[in-house]
Amino acid sequence: MLTFYDVPVRSRLLLGTARYPSPAVLSDAVKASGAEVLTVSLRREAAGERAGQAFWSIVRELGVRVLPNTAGCHTVKEAVTTAHMAREVFGTRWVKLEVIGEEDTLQPDVFGLVEAARILCAEDFEVFPYTTEDLTVAERLCAAGCRVLMPWGSPIGSGRGLNNVFGLQALRARFADVPLVIDAGIGVPSHAAQALELGFDAVLINTAVSQAADPARMAAAFAQAVAAGREAFLAGPMEPRDMAVPSTPVVGSALLR
Amino acid sequence: MNIQVNGEWREVRAADLAAALAELGFADAVVATAVNGEFVPAASRAAAALAEGDRLEVLAPMQGG
Repeated sequence: MLTFYDVPVRSRLLLGTARYPSPAVLSDAVKASGAEVLTVSLRREAAGERAGQAFWSIVRELGVRVLPNTAGCHTVKEAVTTAHMAREVFGTRWVKLEVIGEEDTLQPDVFGLVEAARILCAEDFEVFPYTTEDLTVAERLCAAGCRVLMPWGSPIGSGRGLNNVFGLQALRARFADVPLVIDAGIGVPSHAAQALELGFDAVLINTAVSQAADPARMAAAFAQAVAAGREAFLAGPMEPRDMAVPSTPVVGSALLR
Repeated sequence: MNIQVNGEWREVRAADLAAALAELGFADAVVATAVNGEFVPAASRAAAALAEGDRLEVLAPMQGG
């Protein structure tokens, strides 16, 4: 069974909670997805509105595990401080560590990421680093103490799927025993199925569900795709070939010319 | 004294962070706090003295990806 820091999870679909049309639609989508892990964040609270308090009670009612992120952090200090604040508010050592390096692609600052991971792992956090498919960075993250890696498929919110399949396959092969979650860039269920077919352990989806015309229906579609992709991986997909290979036996063909 | 609360100037009478939070309406809210960019754990709020011009961040759970 898949485990994140010794916590077993049945669903290989992790869901983000941002950009849903309403809290009710978010709840319906979570239930339809079967997700057991939801990503959440921290933002400034207004005493009058108490939007954060309302959101937190909705998430608690869902009875799922939360994975707080450090979204929007551009420096090691911001990310580490945000992680500390998240640990207190959400009561979990889990943190999805994001250190953003570049505005147009929201590509991780992998240098800052490794440094922040080292600090947080030493402080007993259980870090889920949002990273690229770079093998050396992955190596450094594991050396820092990360026991899960979250490589991007393509830029956050782009919906472009797996942008560098070859690089991701190399990462999968090199880190065979580390849970790998494709985080970011998944646009449609076929992308998620592809990730699971390649042997990735899980996918984290947000925009593709929250911005669908019918988020709950799309969440269910992703759940099916993830299940199908995982089954296909376990079944052992055939090797692709460049030339045609007849599927109907040639031996015993009639001579009818 | 005047301090910045989530980027806005506010006048508070409280001298420490715990009292300031109560005064600002966050008494029973699930929030995490930072003063001048440094995290202040809930257990340390009563001992955290505030000074004129301090920057207080009051963060709460929010939607995230």
